[in-house]
Amino acid sequence: MSSIKILPEHIDRSIRVSGVFFALSAITWLMIATLFALISSVKMHIPGFLASWECLTFGRTFPAYLNALVYGWGSNAIFVVCLWIMARLAKSPLPYSGLLLIAGIFWNVGVTFGVLSILAGNMTSVELLEMPPSLTPFLLFAYALIGVWGIIAFRYRNTEPVYISQVYILAALFWFPWIYSVAQVLVVFAPARGVVQSIVSVWFSHNILALWLTPMALATAYYMIPKILGRPIYKYHLSLIGFWALALLIGWTGMANMYGGPVPIWISSVGTVAGILWVLPLAIIAINFHQTLLGHYKQAFASPMFRFIIFGVAGFTVFGLSIVITALPAVNSVTQLSYVNSAHFSLGVYASFTMVIFGAIYFILPKLLNGEWPKTAFINLHFISSGLGIIIVVSSLVIAGFTQGMEINAITSEGRPVYPFLHIVADTLPWLFTRSVGWGLIAFGHTAFFVNLTWMLLKRIRSFIQDLKAQSLPSAKCRTFEV
Amino acid sequence: MKHLPLLFCGIFFAIACSFAGLILASHIQIGALEPRALAEDDPLHPRPKVGLAQQGKQVYKEMGCAYCHTQQVSGKGLRADYERGWGRRRTVARDYIRQERVLLGTNRVGPDLSNFGDRVLGTDQPTEEAMQAVVQGLHQHLYRPQIVNAESNMPPYPFLYQKREIKNAPSPKALQLPADYAPQEGYEMVPTSRAEALVAYLLSLKLDYELPEAKFVQEEK
Repeated sequence: MSSIKILPEHIDRSIRVSGVFFALSAITWLMIATLFALISSVKMHIPGFLASWECLTFGRTFPAYLNALVYGWGSNAIFVVCLWIMARLAKSPLPYSGLLLIAGIFWNVGVTFGVLSILAGNMTSVELLEMPPSLTPFLLFAYALIGVWGIIAFRYRNTEPVYISQVYILAALFWFPWIYSVAQVLVVFAPARGVVQSIVSVWFSHNILALWLTPMALATAYYMIPKILGRPIYKYHLSLIGFWALALLIGWTGMANMYGGPVPIWISSVGTVAGILWVLPLAIIAINFHQTLLGHYKQAFASPMFRFIIFGVAGFTVFGLSIVITALPAVNSVTQLSYVNSAHFSLGVYASFTMVIFGAIYFILPKLLNGEWPKTAFINLHFISSGLGIIIVVSSLVIAGFTQGMEINAITSEGRPVYPFLHIVADTLPWLFTRSVGWGLIAFGHTAFFVNLTWMLLKRIRSFIQDLKAQSLPSAKCRTFEV
Repeated sequence: MKHLPLLFCGIFFAIACSFAGLILASHIQIGALEPRALAEDDPLHPRPKVGLAQQGKQVYKEMGCAYCHTQQVSGKGLRADYERGWGRRRTVARDYIRQERVLLGTNRVGPDLSNFGDRVLGTDQPTEEAMQAVVQGLHQHLYRPQIVNAESNMPPYPFLYQKREIKNAPSPKALQLPADYAPQEGYEMVPTSRAEALVAYLLSLKLDYELPEAKFVQEEK
């Protein structure tokens, strides 16, 4: 039997340049998304804020925030974290990762043009599909190159067992181009007739969260938690059941949001049933994570980076519960067309996915750069600001949404509305202001993260450039992986 | 896990299920709806939007109005859409078949707009003066919503209007603005073609017809 001497450092080196590029791109997009989120939030309680600028009208800054967050921050962060996890679990360096860098540049150029087009008003106005259709082939091509690397890393792995993280990553790598292509064809390129468009766009906007961001966050948590605690996942054998239950159910749950809409009633009914059945995979995943952490929270919280993972896991649990609760028609009739939708989005994208990915980036980047984070205090500041900020954002949106929904629906015994519409607007304003406070805190935390990252990069820039030139594996003492 | 092809089949099956069950199935059921008339000699509904109203839809998209306004009316008893005067009946799938871009909306930061034209103009044919008053009010609202409703949190759209020097006489289209918002003396604010198109589109939003599957709510006597 022959031996291949592959160190973890060799794997890290193979993804170093592209990994750092994706990480830098991700944090840059995060700052851009945060800026647009803050501007959009302020505009809702100070409508005259930056109102003279057409490119900064609310109807453009809001979709700019959504697209910068999901396609800019979310996708770039996934590319660095999940490709690294795939490579590490496969115990195989990523070949030709320089080409990965080119694909990444294409992706980011596409997203940049997309966000600029939105600000210029050249947009479809369909949530998370706003970018002009000319960019779609560009993004799909870039994604194909990047996605293929994950599959190559898995195909040429040097290990026999397949870990649950790999299953989630492979699944998400397959699901994203499918949902994106279908949505682009049926909504943008050759729009389906009437409300079939709306059904597709609801299916897509839900699934980009449920089948792209969420599985990647779960893959990361399934990898990080045992790694950092040094103990296996509790009831690990259930994780595959959880995966299949998630895969089969979650794609349907978004339809509960069409309750009472101009679509056949069975569509929202199916969404409601799926939303309630979703309790099963949610319970399994929650048991996997929370039982593993039980009794070890103190140890876990001692690590500044691991706190993000714990928060993200808790965020996922709350996000999952929100799917169940809002699937119920009695709740949905109040929350469906309200700020609760934004709260749900923030829970899934930020409180769950983003917080887990923050923890992963804090873990991975020092390994990629052979360095340490310059300021632990900035990591703590980031955690407190982002954690507190998102709690404030979600809470204020939930309260605003329930207030809005209940007051819109309130009628007297004579069948007249109880509240004039402007009264409802006035009642939600304090909560919209509170949301802006939350986003301000989040922006503060992101700035600390950005400064810390660029500081570390500048400290390691010399060795990084040497590595870029050398593009060779160092000789060193090594541990053997048998094949 | 040894059966990797099975894994990929499962991953494919999972997404194919929701795609087929939701998208294909709904396409089969409602993807080929045609306009219908309530009675034999009645006109077909819904009617297509043409001309300035169609151009106004483009402005509606560019301004991102759908992020704050819905265009879907719920049936009586589910929400208070009927009681708020947002529509005399619920909207159904057939109402949207003529629209190349369907914008149902997901948040009611502002009122629903499905029946906006009917609501502001009334069901009877308005006089010329009434029509001009409505158009003027709409332009004021778009220019600066707080002129019409001080507590509104709708953003202003001043860039849809042009400041122009008054030459011989004020333009009949000039906005009648309160002193706090009016331009300096000798100047007027007039709507651009985009503002006019948007107003035409908003006034064209009417749920003033019945369909076999969606009749007006009958008031109890």
